[in-house]
Amino acid sequence: MTARPTTRLDHRFAACATEARAALVTFITAGDPDYDTSLAVLKALPAAGADVIELGVPFTDPMADGPAIQAAGLRALHAGQTLARTIQLVREFRKEDDATPIVLMGYYNPIYIYGVDRFLVDAKAAGVDGLIVVDLPPEEDNELCLPALLAGLAFIRLATPTTDDKRLPAVLANTAGFVYYVSINGITGSATPDADRVGEAVARIKRHTVLPVAVGFGVRTPEQAAAIAAGADGVVVGSAIVDALRASLDSDNRATPATVSAVTSLVARLAQAVRGVRREAAE
Amino acid sequence: MNVPNSFRTGPDENGHFGIFGGRFVAETLMPLILDLDEAYKQAKADPAYKAEMDAGLKHYVGRPSPLYYAERFTEHLRAGAAEGMGAKIYFKREELNHTGSHKVNNVLGQILLARRMGKERIIAETGAGQHGVATATLCARYGLKCVVYMGAVDVARQAPNVFRMKMLGAEVVPVKSGSSTLKDAMNEALRDWVTNVHDTFYCIGTVAGPHPYPGMVRDFQSIIGRETREQMLEAEGRLPDSLIACIGGGSNAMGLFHPFLDDTGVRIFGVEAAGHGIPTGQHAASLTGGRPGVLHGNRTYLLMDDDGQITEAHSISAGLDYPGIGPEHSWLHDIGRATYISATDDEALSAFQLVSKLEGIIPALEPAHALAKVIDLAPTLPSDHLMVVNLSGRGDKDIPQVAEILGTRL
Repeated sequence: MTARPTTRLDHRFAACATEARAALVTFITAGDPDYDTSLAVLKALPAAGADVIELGVPFTDPMADGPAIQAAGLRALHAGQTLARTIQLVREFRKEDDATPIVLMGYYNPIYIYGVDRFLVDAKAAGVDGLIVVDLPPEEDNELCLPALLAGLAFIRLATPTTDDKRLPAVLANTAGFVYYVSINGITGSATPDADRVGEAVARIKRHTVLPVAVGFGVRTPEQAAAIAAGADGVVVGSAIVDALRASLDSDNRATPATVSAVTSLVARLAQAVRGVRREAAE
Repeated sequence: MNVPNSFRTGPDENGHFGIFGGRFVAETLMPLILDLDEAYKQAKADPAYKAEMDAGLKHYVGRPSPLYYAERFTEHLRAGAAEGMGAKIYFKREELNHTGSHKVNNVLGQILLARRMGKERIIAETGAGQHGVATATLCARYGLKCVVYMGAVDVARQAPNVFRMKMLGAEVVPVKSGSSTLKDAMNEALRDWVTNVHDTFYCIGTVAGPHPYPGMVRDFQSIIGRETREQMLEAEGRLPDSLIACIGGGSNAMGLFHPFLDDTGVRIFGVEAAGHGIPTGQHAASLTGGRPGVLHGNRTYLLMDDDGQITEAHSISAGLDYPGIGPEHSWLHDIGRATYISATDDEALSAFQLVSKLEGIIPALEPAHALAKVIDLAPTLPSDHLMVVNLSGRGDKDIPQVAEILGTRL
C-alpha cells in the first residue's frame, strides 16, 4: 500500500494541532451574491482567520440546508453561478494562496452532469483539496468517492448523531482529510448543538479514526465556536457567515461596500474565540 | 441494451433498476432507510401483515375497484375511425377508492408498516393533494399525527383538498421555497425527516425517492394490475392488448403495468404531462424532455439545465407537476419495454370534458392526460384490441380550477 501524499488539509490540521488549537472552518456559498464579490470574500478569509474554507456549490434543491444557505444558493444561481465558475473561483484564489485548503460542499447532480472524470481533473487542477457531497452516503461510494480518492481529492464524510458504532466503520472507510461531524439531527443553521454531547461524540469517532474531526451545523456565535473548539479538531461555521453576508446586501440583494468586511469581521471574532481555547496537543 | 429474462425482478439489493434508483440521501437518513428496508422485508414475509392489508383494502378502501367497459367513449372514438378500427376501452376505476384516487393503496401499506415500526408521527409531500388526503385519512383512522408539506402554489390551486386534509386533522404546511410546487414540498419533507428522525415516518406518495421506496410503493400499487388481470380474464377470457396511464412520479402507472411486464404481448403506454407543449420548455415530461440525473434520493430522468440545476416543471395538473419520474419507469423507457408519450394541458382539458359528458365520470386532470392519448391511439387500433386506461382519480378536486379556466364563475 502506497502512502497517501500529504495534502494542504493534512498540513493545516497538523499545524493547528501543533498550536494546540482547533481549526476554524468557514463556509461561504460560491458566487453569493455575485462572482466578483464572492472572490473578494474568498481572498479575504485566510487573513481574517479562516484555517480551512468550505465553498458551497449552489444547487436548486439543497435538501440538507436551512433557509440561510438555500437563499444564498439561489442568489448565486440568479447571478449566473455554475459549477464551472465555482472551479474558476478556486483557480483565481490559488493564484495568491497555495496553503489554505478548499473543500467544495454541495450535492451530486451538478457534478454528475459536469461529468465525474472531467470534474475531478478540473477541480484538482484548480486547487480543490476535498469534496463534501451531502447526498452520497457510503452505499454510493462507486459514484464519486472512490474516483475522487484515486484523483488525489479527499472525500470528506459526514457523520451524524444517527451514525452508530456499527455504522461508523462504513462511514469512515474511504474517507480522507477530516471527518465532518454533524452535531445535530437536522438541517444547516437550525438547532444549537450541546457542547458536552458533541465532545463525547467526537471522542467516540476518534476511537475509530486517526483523522481530525471537525464539528458543524448550528454553530453560530464566537461563544458557541469556543465551546465546540474545546472538544474538536475543527469548528465549522456556515449559516451565521452567510447571514452576515446577506445582512450587508442592499434591498435588491446586491453587494455593498460593507459586504466583504461584514464577513471578515465575523470570521475574525470567530477565529479569536477558537484560538483562545487551548487543547491538549494531539499525538 | 441487454434484455433481461424477466422485467419484474428489480430492484437489486442496492435499489437499482439498471443504472437508475439507488440511495442518494444524507448520512442522517441512511440508518432510517436501512431500518425501513429491513422492516419492509420482514412485513412482506409476515402473513399477519398481509391479512391486515387485505382487510384494509377490502373494507376501508373498498377494493376491488371495478374494471368498466367504457361503451359510449369507445363508440364515440369508433365513429371517427376507419371501418373495423377503434379499440375497446376499459377503465380501471381507481377513482372509486376511498379518498378518490389510487393513492390510498400505497398509504395503507406504509401506515401499517409505520405502526409495526412504532412510529407515531407521519410526514408526507403532496402535489394535487390526493396523496396528502390519503395520508391524512389513514392517520385519522389510526390516530397518528400527520404533517403534510404542499407547495404554496398547489395550496392555492387545490383548495378543496387542503380543506379536506385539515378536516381530517392534518397540519398542512405551505412550502414557499424554490418553485413552491411538489419538488419543493419533497425537499421540505426531507428536511423535516432529517430533523425528526426518532419518531417520524416519511410516507412518500410515489414510486420515487431512495430505495426501498420505489419498489415498496410499486408493490402496494400493484394491486391495480393484479385485479385488472383477473377482471379482464373474466370479462374477455384473455389479457388486455394495451395498458395506458398518466405519469407524474408514476405510481398509478407502475401499479397497473408491473403485473404485466413479462406479458410481452401487452403494449404499455405511459403518458407524461406536456404542459404548454414540449417545444415550449414548459412541461413536466421528464422522459421526453429530460435526462438522467440525481435528485430526491434516486437516479432517474429529470428536467434540468446544462449545469445540473433542476428546472421547474409545468402542468395544468398539480399531481403531474414534478421534474422527475420514478426510476423504474426510467429503466423501462431505456430498455424499451414501455412507451412514453405526452399530452398537453389543452388535450387533457378536452378529454376531461369529453369523458365527463360521455361516461358520467368526471376524471381528475391527471388521468385526463391518459384519456387524451386514448383519444389519439384507440382509432388507430383494431376494434378487437382491448385497452385498459387507469382512471386513477376523480375530478371533484379539479372543479374550481377547471371552472376558472373555462371562464365559469362558481
